[in-house]
Amino acid sequence: MKASVIVFPGSNCDRDAAVALEAATGRPPAMVWHGDTELPKSDLIVLPGGFSYGDYLRSGAMAAHSPVMREVIKRAKAGTPVLGICNGFQVLTEARLLPGVLMRNASLKFICKDVHLRVERTDTSFTGRYRKGNVVTFAIAHKDGSYFADDETLARLEGEGRVAFRYCDPQGQVSAEANPNGSRNNIAGIYNEARTVLGLMPHPERLADPALSGTDGAKMFTGLVESLAA
Amino acid sequence: MKARITITLKPGVLDPQGKAIEGALHALGFGSAGNVRQGKYIEVEVAEKDPARARAEVDRMCKELLANTIIENYAYELEAA
Repeated sequence: MKASVIVFPGSNCDRDAAVALEAATGRPPAMVWHGDTELPKSDLIVLPGGFSYGDYLRSGAMAAHSPVMREVIKRAKAGTPVLGICNGFQVLTEARLLPGVLMRNASLKFICKDVHLRVERTDTSFTGRYRKGNVVTFAIAHKDGSYFADDETLARLEGEGRVAFRYCDPQGQVSAEANPNGSRNNIAGIYNEARTVLGLMPHPERLADPALSGTDGAKMFTGLVESLAA
Repeated sequence: MKARITITLKPGVLDPQGKAIEGALHALGFGSAGNVRQGKYIEVEVAEKDPARARAEVDRMCKELLANTIIENYAYELEAA
């Protein structure tokens, strides 16, 4: 599987993503600078976490309009899987590849900690190595992670089964107490209609190696390799 | 022409920053303060003399970048630069 990681000025999880991808695929991904207009042939495109363009105007707003994103949007619409992590999720919503917005955390605080997530479905390229209803531990590190969409959009997402992950307690109960940032319906990640684009605030790449004190995130990358390598 | 653009959160969209500001105003004794909402103000000089064309240009700027119309409304005034 050939993966590309898009690097924006201010990205800071691009190398973590590259390490996790290399561990899963056996080869380093292409690192593509935001100003490039050409994107190598890719089976997977990753938009990493960080603070692209210093979060100016709105998180992800500038990056969504950077030159390479025109090509990313074109590929995404043609079916190439795209994974947006944290700031990458914000970029995907600003680029309108995913609906809704990531707003300031309800607590107004930057939150950096491990959280429990419930896996909502396992029939996608991203979640093939998980079991439905599994509780997994990923790390969050964000200030603008409160997922907002209007009632109509939210009903559509729920109706179409497009919620990928929800914040939950260790037993898998989705509750207000387990919601770290005020996201509507405890949403931590969502898919596009075709389930080929996934945006999520938690970082699978940060718990993808035993040395990082957790490996739940690694299954996302190994699962991607299994479903896309063919 | 010069555009003075105001971007505000749509009614009903949660604004925790506005709430925090409101709390601080109350703490300062401004009991009269209520329903505080925080927005953005942006000035842009548009190299366009015709007001109708300038308006069309500013509208596109707002829709494509300056405001996220999922959660924000925008309004602006134009004046000769």
